[in-house]
Amino acid sequence: MSKVFSVEPPALSPQGVSNRTRRWRRVRRIVALPIAALALAGCTVPTFGASPGATTSSQSAYHLWQAFSIGAAIIGTLVVVLILWAVIFHRRTSDRIPKQVQYHIPLEMTYIIIPIVIVLGLFAATLVVENKEVANPKTSVTIDVNAFQWGWKFTYLGENVVVVGQTTQDPEMVIPVNENVHINLTSSDVVHGFYVHAFNFSRYALPGVLNEFTFRAVNTGTFNGQCTQLCGLYHSLMFFRVKVVSQSEYTTWLATNASAGAVRTSQTATNQQTSSIVPTKPAKSEGNN
Amino acid sequence: MTDVLDPPVTSEPRDHAHEEHHGPTGILKWITTTDHKIIGLSYTVTAVIMMVIGGAFAEIIRAQLASPNNTLVSLAQYNELFTMHGSVMIYLFAGPFAFGALANIIVPIQIGAPDMAFPRLNALSYWLYLTGSITMLSGFFVAGGAANFGWVAYAPLSNSINTPGAGADLWIGGLLLTGFSAIFTGVNLCATIFYLRAPGMTMFRMPIFTWNMLVTAILILLAFPVLTAGLIMLYCDRHFGTHIFSVQGGGVPVLWQHIFWFWGHPEVYILALPFFGMITEIIPVFSRKPVFGYKGMVFATMTIGALSLGVWAHHMFTTGVVLLPFFSLMSFLIAVPTGIKMFNWIGTMWRGEIWFSTAMLMAIGFLFTFLVGGITGIYLASPPLDFFTHDTYFVVAHFHSIVMALVLGAMGGLYYWGPKITGYLLNETIGKVQFWFLFIGIQVFTLPDYLLGLRGMPRRVGVYPLHPSWQSLNQLSTVGAIMIGISTIAFMVNIVYSWKKYPAGDNPWDGHTLEWFTTSPPPHHNFYRLPQIRSERPTWDYNHPGHTAAEHGHHPSNDEEVPVA
Amino acid sequence: MKVEARILLSLGSFFGLMAALYWFWGHENAGGVMIFAAMLLCFVPGSYYYWWSRRMRARPEDDPNATQAQGAGVVGAFPGTSIWPFTLGMGAFFVVLALVFGIWFLVPGLGLVVWALFGGTAEGRRGGTR
Repeated sequence: MSKVFSVEPPALSPQGVSNRTRRWRRVRRIVALPIAALALAGCTVPTFGASPGATTSSQSAYHLWQAFSIGAAIIGTLVVVLILWAVIFHRRTSDRIPKQVQYHIPLEMTYIIIPIVIVLGLFAATLVVENKEVANPKTSVTIDVNAFQWGWKFTYLGENVVVVGQTTQDPEMVIPVNENVHINLTSSDVVHGFYVHAFNFSRYALPGVLNEFTFRAVNTGTFNGQCTQLCGLYHSLMFFRVKVVSQSEYTTWLATNASAGAVRTSQTATNQQTSSIVPTKPAKSEGNN
Repeated sequence: MTDVLDPPVTSEPRDHAHEEHHGPTGILKWITTTDHKIIGLSYTVTAVIMMVIGGAFAEIIRAQLASPNNTLVSLAQYNELFTMHGSVMIYLFAGPFAFGALANIIVPIQIGAPDMAFPRLNALSYWLYLTGSITMLSGFFVAGGAANFGWVAYAPLSNSINTPGAGADLWIGGLLLTGFSAIFTGVNLCATIFYLRAPGMTMFRMPIFTWNMLVTAILILLAFPVLTAGLIMLYCDRHFGTHIFSVQGGGVPVLWQHIFWFWGHPEVYILALPFFGMITEIIPVFSRKPVFGYKGMVFATMTIGALSLGVWAHHMFTTGVVLLPFFSLMSFLIAVPTGIKMFNWIGTMWRGEIWFSTAMLMAIGFLFTFLVGGITGIYLASPPLDFFTHDTYFVVAHFHSIVMALVLGAMGGLYYWGPKITGYLLNETIGKVQFWFLFIGIQVFTLPDYLLGLRGMPRRVGVYPLHPSWQSLNQLSTVGAIMIGISTIAFMVNIVYSWKKYPAGDNPWDGHTLEWFTTSPPPHHNFYRLPQIRSERPTWDYNHPGHTAAEHGHHPSNDEEVPVA
Repeated sequence: MKVEARILLSLGSFFGLMAALYWFWGHENAGGVMIFAAMLLCFVPGSYYYWWSRRMRARPEDDPNATQAQGAGVVGAFPGTSIWPFTLGMGAFFVVLALVFGIWFLVPGLGLVVWALFGGTAEGRRGGTR
């Protein structure tokens, strides 16, 4: 372990150009290629892993995600390049002690001020999208969503329709497309999470608290939902579905299922395929806590 | 200005080191010691054991998740597993390692103190930590099993109706003990740093690690009493018939979340700042330059500490009952000082003479890993983006990027300071094997989880639907976890292989700060002699006269070295 | 002592501002109280240090030109070995077990705690073992 400090000084190539300069020229050539490729690739913005989803607010959240990701990609690439640069080109080549630079006020000020500007910009963009999401426009459909251990109950206000199911029974909320739907969310027992992936949205169901939000679906289809907040033994199985249908189909569905307060349990799930694990103890439907 | 070329003045050393005096030996010595070095070593060994236990839980979790409807463990056991994995890792490994292990050993030596300010309180902190760990883990041996409500224990899930059984109470009790352990350590660190510095060691000449430990200690004092109060409230709800968190008694379940996260967010900075400090010690030494932007680092650390008390409800964005813009703005702002630190670390390496010991590799691995974790944290500061990533695997990936970066920092700290503490170096080749398995394993483990979260997989689930893309990503993540496990084994192998093999000497790395001036290991009361302290790098100044960075030091506008007057 | 005072007083002032902002904007009691308490926790030692810093000479550790000889002599009380931390720790352990397993654990628990408090205090007065 004793000779760690003795290293040969950097060699010079036959042309008299130091190896460092040659490496820099080679790096420049390599880096030019991907930049050109990106420029030629066209103007579609990548998804960065997220999806636009099926509602108006999911789409604005998606665009916000893309904006954040472009910023993240630029900053991330810059920092990675800086680290790699130092690690590759400022490696120890001799025993010399480098210049003992301690500070550089203009540089430090730059990387204090620019990040502040960036995060304030991100915050401003956030506020715009957030205000859209928490807005409460007039709605034609209002549904009481009651989470309980370990299932969901959807009560259509003013329509005499109730859908309830637990764990793999996968209760299905049917809603019309292109209509504002208002949800009143609460829990009968512990904290649950109402999460629909295609809506880019989740909200806690809290006992004793009424959480209200509105959304407007723009695509038809069946979208999976699941509880995301740990709520006990069968938290992993607390599924539900949201089915977005045309206005006429919705009216028909309402008419078929309306009755004087009777409860309709939806069928066993077919697309979740976890029926191999079914709770043996009867789930509490409306415990009080 | 005093000439740093003076020989060290040591006519009457402070509380000079004694010869080995006869005291108790063996286990009685261990039980009665108040020497911060032995206490710190006890903390280190216990914390590493906790890391292995928590890691074992993690491997079982990832094995369960490698297949969608796996029956390796039952759903009930799975809830216990992730609860105890998180609890052991955060409460019993990362925290105590951060402020009880290396800080205990290194802070006094870095400032030239003979010991911590309150040695017996220090020892008490260790015994509370050890007994608290035993208490929490003994939940596995009682009827009903260990705590199973997640490491955050949200009400009402954690009340006596939903989680009856002693496991939950043992979890609470264990945290009461470790909480007081932390508080006493916070007191000790503050007092030591404020009162026991050597002559010439002004506050702005302290090493950055010590500065970070000071801010950590202040955060501990601000945050941990809140957790303790919350735990007592939870216990009262469970056993004394109070209704603080239950709706039917007029209580407010979300109050638990406010109290928990008011502690919980400073806690993650309590975990992070010590490791930031370790990185800030390693990078200058292995770049052969001083810290770039020392004052900027100090102010960034204090800003992080201050802001960390104002962001707690970003863990509660989806409750619908918190002031979103306030917490969102504060959370965005806290990214700025963290970014300053990142640029200062790079600036320290820049135009240095970087050499890649295992400690430096760990530090560089930290920079990359923390970059990923930090950037994904910025997404989470935006409520609309948090609404669809909260409680999914995206968040799991984010915080694992952060804490695994801290583990890289911990390993760096052990390789860097291990020789100072034990007197023996660790094998560098095995260290490099450990590093590559750890660094690559971390990326293979976390990166698929980001995608899983974006594709809708919630957290804390033991089974998941048959989803082709979910299974393959989960399997990839499990491979990463296995690689991390292999790196831990490599670490254990290194300890055994290098046992007393490579004597280190006083200063194997040409270190800059005061701890490298004394012997390895340091004697009782730490210093036979002390050098002049005229900068934040007393040992470097002593070893490299003519290369000090004096007041107007090596400013880039100077082409020549500024001669030291 | 000035730097220490300034650190704590600045933190306290920042928390005070944050408490005021959050109280009037957020209308949320728990957070408001907690940030306010954080402000107090910084102001108490901070003001004490500030008060002292105006009355004391520069200590050797605050003097950038101090020599090591100035810090010579006994620095503080460092009790060498002591059985009392372990005793107090075991007592606390049993007290916590009383929370879980039954009140009779308080007998050894409080017993050890009280014994350790007396013993440790007496040891402190004696100066401990070097």
